[in-house]
Amino acid sequence: MFEQLVFYAFAAGLLFAATMVITVRNPVHAVLFLVVAFFASAGLWMLLEAEFLAIALVLVYVGAVMVLFLFVVMMLDINVAALREGFSTYVPAAGIVAFLMLAAIGLVVGHQHFGLGAVPQPPAAAADYQNTAQIGRVLYTQYVLPFEVAAVLLLVAIISAIALTLRTTRQTKAPRPERQVQASRADRVRLVKMVAVKPEPDRIENP
Amino acid sequence: MNDIALILPEVSLLALACVVLLVDAFAGKRSPELTFWAAVLSCVIVLAEVARFVPEAAMFGFSGTLRIDVLGVVLKTFVLVLVLLSFFYAREYFSKRPGEIRGEYYPLALFATLGMMILISASSLLTVYLGLELLSLSLYSLVALQRNSVVASEAAMKYFVLGALASGLLLYGMSILYGVAGTLDLSELLVKVANLESQRLLLTFGLVFLVVGIGFKLGVVPFHMWVPDVYQGAATPVTQFIGTAPKLAAFGMTMRLLVDGLEGLAEQWQQMLIILSVLSMGLGNLLAISQRNFKRMLAYSTIAHMGFMLLGLISASANGYAASMFYITLYALMSMGAFGSIILLCSAQSEGDQLSDLAGLGKRSPWFAFILLILMFSMAGVPPFGGFWAKWSVLKEVVAADYVWLAGVAVLFSLIGAYYYLRVIKIMYFDEPESPYPVTGSADLRFLLSVNGLLVLLLGLMPGGLMAICQAAAIPYSP
Repeated sequence: MFEQLVFYAFAAGLLFAATMVITVRNPVHAVLFLVVAFFASAGLWMLLEAEFLAIALVLVYVGAVMVLFLFVVMMLDINVAALREGFSTYVPAAGIVAFLMLAAIGLVVGHQHFGLGAVPQPPAAAADYQNTAQIGRVLYTQYVLPFEVAAVLLLVAIISAIALTLRTTRQTKAPRPERQVQASRADRVRLVKMVAVKPEPDRIENP
Repeated sequence: MNDIALILPEVSLLALACVVLLVDAFAGKRSPELTFWAAVLSCVIVLAEVARFVPEAAMFGFSGTLRIDVLGVVLKTFVLVLVLLSFFYAREYFSKRPGEIRGEYYPLALFATLGMMILISASSLLTVYLGLELLSLSLYSLVALQRNSVVASEAAMKYFVLGALASGLLLYGMSILYGVAGTLDLSELLVKVANLESQRLLLTFGLVFLVVGIGFKLGVVPFHMWVPDVYQGAATPVTQFIGTAPKLAAFGMTMRLLVDGLEGLAEQWQQMLIILSVLSMGLGNLLAISQRNFKRMLAYSTIAHMGFMLLGLISASANGYAASMFYITLYALMSMGAFGSIILLCSAQSEGDQLSDLAGLGKRSPWFAFILLILMFSMAGVPPFGGFWAKWSVLKEVVAADYVWLAGVAVLFSLIGAYYYLRVIKIMYFDEPESPYPVTGSADLRFLLSVNGLLVLLLGLMPGGLMAICQAAAIPYSP
């Protein structure tokens, strides 16, 4: 009973936060609501006895990724009004599609198929059950190929990000240390020999 | 055979792609040719490794997440050959239009190829998804590489957003299937589906979302929104790349998911594919008629062709799969040539992708007008050319599967489609050129394009060889 209350609390929080993410006007608020959404889903995972994943979600997403998100959002000059242009025009069509989807999903993914009668509740894990060890074991044995492909995926993401944002040196004004240290005295100072006292130019008498 | 030996081609491709990336980073500016040759060499090495080992029965590796079989080997070979061809075309474009795209094209294209190979040999929902993402992510950034072009950025953005949506739907479908069957493994799923009669509704529900993901990757109506914008917006070599090899990978993905994993639901997915197929052939062919941009016209023609290709899968028989594979291979070859012609026509000032740029090509360059004539006739499905046999083999299977009305609809839409292919030929031979500048292209490009066009003609005269390969690949699927 208590578990159910906790579940509904987290689930309601998740739905509310997710709705706010796409409806609030201020992008910084949207990011903060996303943080709340992540927290709520971490709570749900905790109820499913996936403690390691729940903590990883909080540490990685809330702790690191969302902070970067906030930085990016604050650096960008986002014109929310322009982004929301046409919102009301599309609402009816989008609403109908969303409602149909919801109805179809509700018809199929309901109590009759996923209720406790259809899928019995799995027995609770023993107290000394090692969540982390279990994940580690399958991650590097059974699922090593998908794991490595995911790593390549991240590599491609890095390459693409650099390829798309790196500007050519022509436009950057950063100092180039490797050329600065090569500078010698001859590049900077030029000694010019001059006579100390210049003789007065000869006067040419007018004829 | 151990796991590493099975996946050797993919491992070497990853290593070589990283080498090409480093070569490009350190020597790319001084000698762009070096990156190109490194990329070509990588493809050739991997091609040799793939073709070296053809298993007699399907072999599984990495706890059943990887599957090596004849279908996979054949598809990977075709993919690598197509990628190699598109590299040679791309090199010409870069030398004709310097400054449009930077050298990251080759390494990113190689990573996309890696994604295609993983997708083709996937045997688990997880591998399918990751292979697909690797392919798509590389393609998004390839489109966006042309940074100075507003159209390209817009195309990349549309592609990315719609692709992310399709990935989300695909994942949702996979999660439903996992929830019902309790396995990610496609061969286990095949057994489970046969035994889970009572859960038919739920499995079908998951299947719907998988079909959405597949439909997006193939670019069939109603998941085609990205195709015209991406084809038109991206630089021609990128469009050429997207329009050829990834189509084969998408076909591989369809086979893996629908046939290797969910053949038990064939009745259900046949109905869905019929809808997608009829809509694609109709909308693709009708909208292609009103296009002025050659690349956009080819995009709508792709949509129609993909709809036609699905007809073979609808028959749900080994011969049908072979026919679809034959169709998509030939289509990739034809569209390679068509985009190659645009590269021939482009110059430092213009992309050369308007239909009006083709005006008077018959006078400016009779030989290449003839090559494009072969390609257009072939796409329309006129008898002596390759495209005819592709359409013929697919239609034969549809009729054999008792969908005569569907074959009738397909023929009707092909007739409508013939109009805009023939219009291209009319523009080439009967319209006056706007500017009678001669067609320029290096000897390499001329050779490549001639071989490409003549290959389509040759496959029309002797389709037996390629057909036999496709049938051999589909033998395991015969009951």
